[in-house]
Amino acid sequence: MLDQLESGPWPSFVTGLKRLAHENNMMVDLLGQLEYSYKTRLGYWKGGTVSVFGYGGGIIPRFSEVASMFPESKEFHTLRVQPPTGNHYTTKMLRQLSDSWKKYGSGLIAFHGQTGNIMFIGTTTENTQHFFDEINEYGFDLGGAGPCVRTSMSCVGAARCEQSNCNEMKIHRLLVNDFIDDMHRPALPYKFKFKVSGCPNDCMNSIQRSDMAVIGTWRDDIKVDQAEVKNFVAKKGRKYVIDNVVARCPTKALSLNDDDTLAVDNRNCVKCMHCINVMTKALSPGDDKGVTVLIGGKRTLKIGDTFGTVIVPFMKLDTDEDYDKLREIAKNVIDFWAENGLEHERCGEMIERIGLVNFLEGVGLDVDPNMINHPRTVSYIRMDDWDQEAEKWMQRKQQAVG
Amino acid sequence: MSQATQAAEKKTMRPPIESGCPDGFQYLHPLMIKNFGNWKYHDRPRPGVLHHVAHSGDEIWTVRVGTTRQLDTYALNLLCDIIDQYGEGYVRFTIRSNMEIMVSKWEKVEPLIKALNDAGYPVGGTGNSVTMISHTQGWLHCDIPGTDAAGVVKALMDELHEEFVTEDMPNRVHITTSCCQINCGGQGDIAINIQHTKPPKINHDLVANVCERPSVVARCPVAAIRPAMVNGKPSLEVDEKKCICCGACFPPCPPMQINDPEHSKLAIWVGGKNSNARSKPTFHKLVAAGIPNNPPRWPEAAAIVKKILRVYKQDAKDWERMSDWVDRIGWPRFFELTELPFTKFHVDNWRGSRYTLNASTHIRF
Repeated sequence: MLDQLESGPWPSFVTGLKRLAHENNMMVDLLGQLEYSYKTRLGYWKGGTVSVFGYGGGIIPRFSEVASMFPESKEFHTLRVQPPTGNHYTTKMLRQLSDSWKKYGSGLIAFHGQTGNIMFIGTTTENTQHFFDEINEYGFDLGGAGPCVRTSMSCVGAARCEQSNCNEMKIHRLLVNDFIDDMHRPALPYKFKFKVSGCPNDCMNSIQRSDMAVIGTWRDDIKVDQAEVKNFVAKKGRKYVIDNVVARCPTKALSLNDDDTLAVDNRNCVKCMHCINVMTKALSPGDDKGVTVLIGGKRTLKIGDTFGTVIVPFMKLDTDEDYDKLREIAKNVIDFWAENGLEHERCGEMIERIGLVNFLEGVGLDVDPNMINHPRTVSYIRMDDWDQEAEKWMQRKQQAVG
Repeated sequence: MSQATQAAEKKTMRPPIESGCPDGFQYLHPLMIKNFGNWKYHDRPRPGVLHHVAHSGDEIWTVRVGTTRQLDTYALNLLCDIIDQYGEGYVRFTIRSNMEIMVSKWEKVEPLIKALNDAGYPVGGTGNSVTMISHTQGWLHCDIPGTDAAGVVKALMDELHEEFVTEDMPNRVHITTSCCQINCGGQGDIAINIQHTKPPKINHDLVANVCERPSVVARCPVAAIRPAMVNGKPSLEVDEKKCICCGACFPPCPPMQINDPEHSKLAIWVGGKNSNARSKPTFHKLVAAGIPNNPPRWPEAAAIVKKILRVYKQDAKDWERMSDWVDRIGWPRFFELTELPFTKFHVDNWRGSRYTLNASTHIRF
């Protein structure tokens, strides 16, 4: 059956598996087991416990349930290895990783898993340690597996994107490496993922798949190069610009002037990125850059998919103190959740269970109207201390004015 | 092992260097280091190629190429050979397992593309194309898969190859697949996910020895699992009337087999989007289910995906993602155009789901 996946225009992973099988018996039996899965339409791996010396996670152990038929691949573990920020590599580094893996593993590597790891798929319990020792010596470390802080991801960002609003690589490393102990020694209620996107296009899908999403944004005006706007209108026509730029603005903040320049109501721009995506030459993010932080995104298990929720509408990330503040937020969130989350409960599920207000009090953040779509619709709530809460808001407003 | 030998072994073990995440900066193309945070704009000279211009006037071209995600060392080294010979030795991966090869001269782009194509790798996946399908591990490596991942993706990308190498869709199309209902593949404009239709089959002889029963009970989203004595052994039983066949009990308790060659079906979901562009991020919604899990080429699932794409391509306007398009035309029209049946299963019926119902007279005729 697998042979049928060797034809067709898209490159075939089966051809790759067969190439490896020429000189590696483990892959011969792996192909056998996979073919058996295709025939019976069932999977035959079970988990177990394998780790490297000093760590409690980072390996995905796999033991075959059909080892009697396919003995050579009875152990087929994966090592999760953290990729460099932004998934940047040189061929030199890729070859080095590939050579190490050829020595100790099956030769099969996935770039990358859904959490962001380089996945070195298929080795024995013994070689797990040897391979790790070798790549660890030249700068690579295991990622997370189990109830721990997991490997993170960051977009290409400032390295090659004009829409970047923050130093994605710096944020990525700061957060993950700050919690490296929580990654290698799983002791949290469940997994915790950071993801970093440089703008609201959110190429890393952080709102939907990370417990803490850090997304670059800006507070001041969109930068408009009116000459380029005119060029764009001349090239594409007024109708195209009105239909595809002006009319698609979610807050109706754009208007095409009679002289083919663009008027922007920046007070009502929600930084959705659409117009900037369409008119890459004419429009750019502003200069007063920073990040928005959202907490609690995850996939389906167990209460259904959740989005991250805004907990910091905007913060600057320029100075060391700013970065310390971000680190502090992450620490408070993880500490509060580690203390109050149930076993196997993601941070977003905990927020669903206890409510956002309790969570904010727990992590020491003030409530903010940017955290909601609209205020409550249900009147069934005790409001004994309304006056004190209203006073808090007034004081915060005063402080903001200075 | 005696304590003495254990201690001796410990001594020879190498403690890990907890270096964490490597700094990607050291692997950046020199032009990307020079112009870090100082890019001005980008455009796409042709499908599969990005062109970025910096405020300094520097330019860089990126060639995006589809891969199998699961790369064998031969393929990886072959690609490295091409990148060294026709590129400049620098490469990165997108979130959907495409490689991006950066070069400093426009003249290098065409030969690089030709070399990649000659080696069997498609260049594309940019702009309004159908880019590579993000996927999971499937039968190759997962412990709970209802179907394969890499095989499904290979079969589908064979069918969608043309849409990968061109930019003919109204907007970008992200397709995802997941081999169980946990949905590791994530949200997509189109998502093809396993949907179990029968409760787990329990091997009561094994449960007590293999499963931590209280955690399995706690794992069930609908409280359908309770401890029970079966054949004189402590085990677990499932209230099959309550069970929603999600498979959440299977990972912590392998004797509760949820996968079934016949009854684990595929479901197709549309309208997921993670970008904030235009509308806020959205989750995908169910449009088709009961599709046979049919390796090695999954033709029934492929046919529905292609049908949805065809209708979207015809009916959506420029810049409308799948969800924007459906928002404009409405769900009744979506089902009409795609000729998919609308059933009671499309209606969300959990306690908090009334907000998904139409509480208005906004109806298109």
